[in-house]
Amino acid sequence: MIDVRNLVYRYGAFTAVDTISFQVFKGEIFSFLGPNGAGKSTVINVLITLLTLQEGEVSIAGYDLSREPEKVRESIGIVFQEVTLDRDMTVWEILEFHGRLYNLGKTERRRRIDELLSLVELEEKRDSLTKELSGGMKRRLEIARGLMTRPRVLFLDEPTLGLDPQTRIRMWEYLNQVNREGTTIFLTTHYMDEADQLSDRISIIDHGKIIVTGTTWQLKNALGEDSIYIETSDDDAAQEMLSTDSRVTSLRRKKKGILVMVDGDGTRLLPALMDTLLAAGLHITAVNLKKPSMDDVFVHYTGRELREGGGGTVYRGRRP
Amino acid sequence: MNTGFMTIYWRDMLRFFRFRTLLISSLVQPALWMAFFGIAMSSSFDRFSMGVPAVPGAEAVGYLTFMAAGVIAMTTLFTSLFGGIVLLFDKNWGLMREILASPLPRSHIIIGIALSGMTKSFIQAIIIMVFGLVLGVEFFRGLSPTGILVAVAGILVFVGMFSLGFLFLSATISISMESPEGLQGIITLLTMPIFFASNALYPTDAFPAILRDISVVNPLTHLITGIRYFAIGDNFTAIGIHFTHTPGDILASFLVLIAFAGVMFSLAWWRFSQAVIT
Repeated sequence: MIDVRNLVYRYGAFTAVDTISFQVFKGEIFSFLGPNGAGKSTVINVLITLLTLQEGEVSIAGYDLSREPEKVRESIGIVFQEVTLDRDMTVWEILEFHGRLYNLGKTERRRRIDELLSLVELEEKRDSLTKELSGGMKRRLEIARGLMTRPRVLFLDEPTLGLDPQTRIRMWEYLNQVNREGTTIFLTTHYMDEADQLSDRISIIDHGKIIVTGTTWQLKNALGEDSIYIETSDDDAAQEMLSTDSRVTSLRRKKKGILVMVDGDGTRLLPALMDTLLAAGLHITAVNLKKPSMDDVFVHYTGRELREGGGGTVYRGRRP
Repeated sequence: MNTGFMTIYWRDMLRFFRFRTLLISSLVQPALWMAFFGIAMSSSFDRFSMGVPAVPGAEAVGYLTFMAAGVIAMTTLFTSLFGGIVLLFDKNWGLMREILASPLPRSHIIIGIALSGMTKSFIQAIIIMVFGLVLGVEFFRGLSPTGILVAVAGILVFVGMFSLGFLFLSATISISMESPEGLQGIITLLTMPIFFASNALYPTDAFPAILRDISVVNPLTHLITGIRYFAIGDNFTAIGIHFTHTPGDILASFLVLIAFAGVMFSLAWWRFSQAVIT
């Protein structure tokens, strides 16, 4: 659905996007995960034709971006990073305006508005000015607007920036529903959990380069670092035993227990480790198993935690 | 024919009628000009010109009638220069991105905004004419109803062409500027010489040479000449000066307005094709 090869974008001497290639398949939700300033928005702005393609080849919905930008525009829907709603227009007028911009016929336009208002549950607000809407409602309206033209791909730039946790979860539900109905989704985010829970596949992007691409499951498993937390009757003895165990890659003493990183699938290794400790006569009082989070994945691939960005919350690594 | 510009037009008119305060003040302001400045000035000017002997065959009109054409022109100038400001706000608020990422050709943005600005000027011009007639402005004297219709149509054609030129200019400035304050500064800077180096409030005959040269290339002068031709006639005296115009003069004035609009459109089109907004 989207095919990008060797995309480069420079602002003067600064290379914002450095030779990026990736593909988005029909029907999937694909995320660009990276800190602010990584080049995510630049990529999206090139793909939606707001920035001109400087170098590289891009095809979207089967159309070449440099040769048929008009066709690309007709095939995509966009939800911008900031709110881009005219405060003094009503919900209905926003959608009507958008439909007219894209040359939708009157009957089609009106029918589509009704459908979308019910999808994003804004029927009641049809004649409200957008300045009277809450942040979540505005976002929903923008998603509805992005879907007005039945796009083949919906682009979303930081779709839940600045929304409260409940609203974000609702937003993910809407996006999943839209995706189930057949729209391919490309989104950028700097929220780990958003990339993790919403996407089929993720590209981690930093300093204008894609560092790794894969399903969340693939990325996490590639780390091979499940962590096991154990409290025993004698932590010193347990530490000594575990530190010589070949299945343990690293080990750290915590206040009341031991944190062990294991090489391989922790769900299978944990019982085995427990058996070893029990056999040595140690009494186990507490255990916990943790699979790597997206944070861990991110730290692993970029060598650092998400740096503090200009806006919104940034989730720091929660490594124990 | 692609009528995408009607989408831009529709939205701008929607906003025009939505902001009641702005709408009403933009209509009341020119009326106030006439009511206060016009009446005050005409009571003094008309006394001076009373002693001037009448020119045979020429119609003598009062100052209020003379300056009413200037007020129509001035209002059109202001409205048009500010007509593109919505583009600057759209740009700053990110709304322009929705439009630029859509299949709508960029030239249609310019045309749509220009047409809505022109519509606003039409509404204002008509209101000023009606209000002026109530105040005692002697427009369309001795004309049949058909004659009046033709004269009003002629005025609107001039007002329309003039407003297009300045709306294109306004769009050009708006798309090139970063802040509304900067835009306001430039517009204030422009309006002063355009307004005062014209025949809006007084005849240009007695101007020093340099000021007269400016007034000759000033589109506002040509708009006012056109309005007076249709509203008052081709042979009249006001403030003790005899004005005559041939249809050829009027055509020349109209051609100046067309040329001005053409140049301004090219400028706007060039700026829009360059504009990168993300």
